[in-house]
Amino acid sequence: MKFTLSWLKDHLETAASTDAIVETLIQIGLEVDTIDDPGAKLAAFTVAHVVAAEQHPDADRLQVCVVDTGKEQVQIVCGAPNARVGMKGVFAPAGTYVPGINIELKKTKIRGVESNGMLVSEREMGLSDDHDGIIELPDDAPLGEPFAGVLGLDDPVIDIELTPNRPDCTGVRGIARDLAATGLGTLKPFDAAAPLDGSYASPIDWSIASDGNACSYVVGRHFRGVTNRPSPSWLQDRLRAIGLRPISALVDVTNYVSIDLGRPLHVFDANKLDNNTLTMRRARDGETFMALVEREYTLDSEMTVISDGDTVEAAAGVMGGLETSCTDDTTEVFLEVALFDPISVAATGRKLAIESDARYRFERGVDPESAGWGAEVAARMILELCGGETSRLVTAGIKPDGARKIELRTDRVARLGGIEIPVARQAEILDRLGFETKIDGNIITTTAPSWRPDVHGEPDLVEEITRIHGFDDIESVSLDQDAALPSAAINPAQLRASLVRRALAAQGLNEAVTWSFMGRLHAELFAENADMLDSLMLVNPISSELDVMRPSILGNLLLAAGRNADRGFADLCLFELGPAYRDAGPDGQLLVAAGVRHGNAHPAHWSNPIRIVDAFDAKADALAALDAAGAPTANVQASREAPAWYHPGRSGRLCLGKNVLAWFGEIHPGILGKLDVRGPAIGFEVFLDALPERKDKSAARPLLNLSSLQPVRRDFAFLVNSDVEAGNVVRAARGAVRGLISGVDLFDVYEGKNIEDGKKSLAIQVTLQPVEATLTDNEIDKIAAQIVTAVENATGGSLRG
Amino acid sequence: MIEVIELQVSLLEEVAAADSLDALEAVRVSAFGKKGRITEQMKSLSQLDGDLRKESGQALNLVKDAVLEAITARQADLNAAELEARLTHEIIDVTLPPRPRPDGRLHPVSQVTEECIAIFGEMGFTVAEGPDIEDDFHNFTALNIPPEHPARQMHDTFYLKGQDGGALSVLRTHTSPVQIRTMETSKPPIRVIAPGRTYRSDSDATHTPMFHQIEALVIDETTHMGHLKGCIIDFCRAFFDISDLPVRFRPSYFPFTEPSMEVDIGCSREGGELRIGNFGEGADNWLEIMGSGMVHPKVLEHGGIDSARYQGFAFGMGIDRIAMLKYGIPDLRTFFDADIRWIKHYGFVPLAVPSMVRGL
Repeated sequence: MKFTLSWLKDHLETAASTDAIVETLIQIGLEVDTIDDPGAKLAAFTVAHVVAAEQHPDADRLQVCVVDTGKEQVQIVCGAPNARVGMKGVFAPAGTYVPGINIELKKTKIRGVESNGMLVSEREMGLSDDHDGIIELPDDAPLGEPFAGVLGLDDPVIDIELTPNRPDCTGVRGIARDLAATGLGTLKPFDAAAPLDGSYASPIDWSIASDGNACSYVVGRHFRGVTNRPSPSWLQDRLRAIGLRPISALVDVTNYVSIDLGRPLHVFDANKLDNNTLTMRRARDGETFMALVEREYTLDSEMTVISDGDTVEAAAGVMGGLETSCTDDTTEVFLEVALFDPISVAATGRKLAIESDARYRFERGVDPESAGWGAEVAARMILELCGGETSRLVTAGIKPDGARKIELRTDRVARLGGIEIPVARQAEILDRLGFETKIDGNIITTTAPSWRPDVHGEPDLVEEITRIHGFDDIESVSLDQDAALPSAAINPAQLRASLVRRALAAQGLNEAVTWSFMGRLHAELFAENADMLDSLMLVNPISSELDVMRPSILGNLLLAAGRNADRGFADLCLFELGPAYRDAGPDGQLLVAAGVRHGNAHPAHWSNPIRIVDAFDAKADALAALDAAGAPTANVQASREAPAWYHPGRSGRLCLGKNVLAWFGEIHPGILGKLDVRGPAIGFEVFLDALPERKDKSAARPLLNLSSLQPVRRDFAFLVNSDVEAGNVVRAARGAVRGLISGVDLFDVYEGKNIEDGKKSLAIQVTLQPVEATLTDNEIDKIAAQIVTAVENATGGSLRG
Repeated sequence: MIEVIELQVSLLEEVAAADSLDALEAVRVSAFGKKGRITEQMKSLSQLDGDLRKESGQALNLVKDAVLEAITARQADLNAAELEARLTHEIIDVTLPPRPRPDGRLHPVSQVTEECIAIFGEMGFTVAEGPDIEDDFHNFTALNIPPEHPARQMHDTFYLKGQDGGALSVLRTHTSPVQIRTMETSKPPIRVIAPGRTYRSDSDATHTPMFHQIEALVIDETTHMGHLKGCIIDFCRAFFDISDLPVRFRPSYFPFTEPSMEVDIGCSREGGELRIGNFGEGADNWLEIMGSGMVHPKVLEHGGIDSARYQGFAFGMGIDRIAMLKYGIPDLRTFFDADIRWIKHYGFVPLAVPSMVRGL
């Protein structure tokens, strides 16, 4: 919503400075987006008096002038034919940037005579194309002052970013009313609304179809004998100042009233209408309409139109039609002053992608009373600017009653607003905003004005009073608490997520945050079945690469690893802790910690041979995450079962019983190929929702029993078939003797020389922790034999000799 | 007796003269070996008798002790010297890089989220959560944004096909639906914050289709706009660690609050660089950082809370945005790029757990 300061002052009597006005606008919730002060740009150009003008000694068409700038007398060389002694002009000293000719003036010599600036023309100032001579200012123009003020070119343009709830401020008068309520000035009376008698019956009438269209009420008025010509310059200047192009008096009037009072209007060239009734109705599906902007729009039955017989002449509340628009030849006019449903106008405007001043106002909700006074205000202006005569009014529909009674308990401002404001002051603010108020004990009974459809209840009134009074005066109060020490802000699951995140970073993984969506083609690679993605598809994605909610985080992380590799950073580790989606239902969102390692496991180093990442890096990451989450990792079983995006032989899952806690392993090379990511890469996914809740809420640990007896360690190597899993050996050894074995560590896996084909050697170290007395050699031998038997029985292997 | 004294002098000289452990061992053997001089003297004692044997024996023992002590001392000196000599040859190139240790970083969004939790936790808030895929009711209707309300156009909503041909699901456009979910499942007094992912179909230099918000909701019988101001001012000053940070409240409009206000904090834009802080209250010294207001009675009712009895405030802000402001990260889009150089540069070490006790 743009307006100029002088326009505002048409409605607001105030001596306040521009800065004070802008500051107040911000404080009352009319957010000032920009202030454009053309005066500031023209400040260097001042009023000067020509005190001498003589023929240039060396050039026929030039004069040497002496100008009094108010501060000094300056000699300039001037080529303008109208430069003469005694005139007042616009002086630009050397060093000034002259916008119309895009140069910076320099002190110079013109044909041997010194020139210290110039007297400028309108073209040189970029004001018009006039270059017949220099600007002549009136004799009473104040010497030395900026000329912009003299010509009214210093009117600041204020642009307000209007919130959708303030239709009243789509007109300059509404803004003035808000400002006046603060006491910054007073609202001037509004007298253009008085009824204007028409001299004849309108030959054109309205009809509103009973098809549930958006028009509730419409007023019309006919004009005849008008002359459509360019508007007077004051009107053109105003429109231009706020970025509107003057068209013709008739059209300019509609624009002016729209901006001035927030009342959109439309004028039809009555001679171009075929019928004597204009009809508000729903459009037919597929019906077309040639709009003012010379573009054809296709309509549907959700939209309301104004039709002349079968021809659509306007998209109601959005834009008028080209066919019946007013032109220079127009002599008869039919004025439309309508009320349309805001929601319908908004929807139509959105569908047609038309931004118009009419839509801007109608979609916020135009004052219903304006249908009445709008026709009077417009008629006065049209008659004044275009002559002719006007008809009596025609109407259709019923004018809605915009008034609402709302009661305000006088303690609400203090209880909700947190500030004590005297009751009389509360009522005064509401009065100034146009509410009718009556103080009745501890109730203020109010009637909201028709132009404030946003005000419905008590909190709205509290807002009106506090905002005009000033939010700054509300004393801020820190929140108090029942106890000095608050309880934990996060629950155990949230704590677990935080611990996992920090544990993974401690493992050297770097945390990424990637989109919750991905492309369907990629998503299918990480979906247990493609159908599950159907409910996760976005109806209106940003692009096909982001068109479905991700079923796994891995895809995005692998793509990120690929991008990093393309930038020259191939050896990297990323993780993300965030959502993955099974379906669009309430339980379809999982919290997953996923990570990838790509390339070499560590940077090239003089002490370490290069090692490429492998599945055991992923297993370690997954176990670190589970450990941080408090899962009993000692009881977690690994098995070689993982979904299809992992390498079928080099991947697995970690379970507690039947509960799958994690997947890990090498990423399937085929999947990497489809993602266009060069491998190798490993990954893991840990399902935080699957973790068992901690049963024991106590912080206390089990009692620690430290033995004073030295543990005994014995190594064993077993020859087993190649497909025997190490876990079986460890498990069998662990269970071989009750109570004594405190640890079994697998420390060597060997295949190759000295081992027959199809076999491998697995070496374990068993730790025996004596409980009551030191173990004798005999006892140790006996236990060792039990371990060997247990492992041999469990695996079919044999102790290596 | 003189012999014994001479023996002692001679042996002590030899010990002192031994310049290696081997030489010292030779001295020891020459004194205490089977045929050693002290051993021989000991043997010869048996040929003496009576008092003389006793006297000689005592003298000899003194010699023996003195020599043994000297040998032990010399041995320690020689050991030390030998170690010293060996170590002077054991040289490493200290400019070589050590073996790399794991060195992962946390994303600023995680860190800043936890910073917010640390601050609001001190004020008695707990963390509430809700799903990213929302229904229309929780994301819009319950928040006083009825269907076709123009305010819905303020949110560029992503829709999901959803399940079983039912109503379209939406990706939550703000964290505000968590307000409703909290009201539905708990009774006042309520004091929660809800951080999380939010989505709008917007993608340009300053907007990404996914971003993060944090929501705060306080509901009880007495909380008013003064508390709203106090809570937000306390948060802003703690978060940015600027005790005199100016905070300004401007009336605004949100469908779910009444009265509503936008919140600005002090900043400077001098030299094209945005800095948060107290730089005076000039027109250009304000930066909008959040929307806030008193919870609209209709929202309370939609959440099943008696609006005649209860009232409170809510506010929401962008986590990514306050992270950018606090840590000087220029471009929102880089947050979601997973560029390892960016994470290393703007990320946080895992041990830096935010807490008010340590300072933020």
